[in-house]
Amino acid sequence: MDNKNKEVIDAIEAPIYLKYKFTAGLAPARFLSQLKQGVLTGQRCPKCDNVYVPPRGSCPACGVATEEEVVLGDKATVQSFTIVSIPIPGNPIQPPYIVANLVPDGANISFIHLMSECVNEEVRIGQRVTAIWKPREEWDFAMDNIRYFKPLDEPDVPAELIGHLSVNGTEN
Amino acid sequence: MNIDICIVAFSQSACVAQAGAANEVELIMPQLEAVYGQVGISNAQDVDFVCSGSCDYLQGAAFAFVAGVDALGAVPPIQESHVEMDAAWALYEAVLKIRMGHAESALVYGFSKSSPGELPVVLSQQLDPYYLAPQWIDSISLAALQARLMLDKGIIKASDMAAVVASSRRCAMDNDKAQLAGQFSISDLLEEPEYVSPLRKADCSPISDGASAMIICTRSKAEEWQVPFVRLSGIDHRIETHNLGMRDLTTSHSTRLVAEALSIHNSSLDIAELYAPFSHQQIILEQALELQAETEINPSGGVLAGNLMMASGLSRVGEVFNRIVAGEAERGLAHATSGPCLQHNLLAILESV
Ligand SMILES: [Zn+2]
Repeated sequence: MDNKNKEVIDAIEAPIYLKYKFTAGLAPARFLSQLKQGVLTGQRCPKCDNVYVPPRGSCPACGVATEEEVVLGDKATVQSFTIVSIPIPGNPIQPPYIVANLVPDGANISFIHLMSECVNEEVRIGQRVTAIWKPREEWDFAMDNIRYFKPLDEPDVPAELIGHLSVNGTEN
Repeated sequence: MNIDICIVAFSQSACVAQAGAANEVELIMPQLEAVYGQVGISNAQDVDFVCSGSCDYLQGAAFAFVAGVDALGAVPPIQESHVEMDAAWALYEAVLKIRMGHAESALVYGFSKSSPGELPVVLSQQLDPYYLAPQWIDSISLAALQARLMLDKGIIKASDMAAVVASSRRCAMDNDKAQLAGQFSISDLLEEPEYVSPLRKADCSPISDGASAMIICTRSKAEEWQVPFVRLSGIDHRIETHNLGMRDLTTSHSTRLVAEALSIHNSSLDIAELYAPFSHQQIILEQALELQAETEINPSGGVLAGNLMMASGLSRVGEVFNRIVAGEAERGLAHATSGPCLQHNLLAILESV
């Protein structure tokens, strides 16, 4: 066999398409149903009392199911943030913009969301923010029912208290 | 090297066609609670090692196996590992960990939510990525090829396959975790139309959602926990080439090799739980294992009664454990398989103490 003139095959195309009926989980499904009603909820661990948002059904620290649902406030505290300066393909938001880890009042764990109506250079850890919801008729089973969070005129939360505020926020 | 490995706890969920909205964590947690309860511990902090078996392709969620760790209580950090395989191989890893003296106890669990995808098609993507996976050859079609070979060579008859199904359905009537059970005659089953010729639907294990969990440990730990335990006196596995054309599909060479390594041939076994996802494969396994006539095969009904992908292998071990603890058997064999047409096979021997 003469292999000299054979074309070298160094790649083949074999695209994979698989279809799934994805289910979020029982606890996330409860969370999403409340979100559709414009309510942010978490779930409390019966062992360590931590409130998780969004809940996944367990306290990963204790390894027990979280059953108790807790209604959270629209207000939150910045736990950390980053300024995004590069455009992300398919993302309608124009850089520079802020992506932040936010702890809603009444929860102990942060989620990631956008910040807007803010001066990027003035965003800081401990800053108080509040949710800006889309119009009610646009609410779906989705986290982007909240369009973004914007700064509040409230004193900053000291670092050691971030993630430890009650649902009443800084009021008590 | 001479460390006795003991099984001290096992639990399996019911096999259900559709676990509803429940996610992997929600499937796992009840089984973990059950095995913790059996030995009187509170969570994964109370064992030295944790190993799980699952496959992210089944539920179609990237890193689903990492999400499974949320069920464990991994604060402070625990020693944890995972195999993208049936949890019977997670058990194997845990056994090695204990034998090496790196752990005295281990939690092993497997889980699957197979219902979100088209399982036979999903499994086509475990085939060799250049020649077979791009053809999307599903697991049922490959098993049908294998059954066709056996029928044409006269190794089995269609009624032999139906007899396996009838036995599974009958045994499963005593198994409250089973998905399919009932009294069926061989002629009832043969009247059903062929599904993927020559297989009928009943020749194929159903698609099931669920999870199972087990705790193993050294003998001294089992005595410390003061719970009934069973000795895992042997465990080994062999794999065959991924090239199906190079294998004799009518026999299971790898199963025979493991059986020789563990001196199983002609040894006394009260029960054998075999992971045969298709009826004809149970016959292949019986022949490769040369089981004696008095060995009761698949008293649980086996996986034709309910097949938790990535947990069924571990559950075969668990079923033997349960029966020895209940005093229904003294010595039993558990088998697990992985890959198309019984490509990879594991055997475990369990003995009463
Ligand atoms: Zn907790």
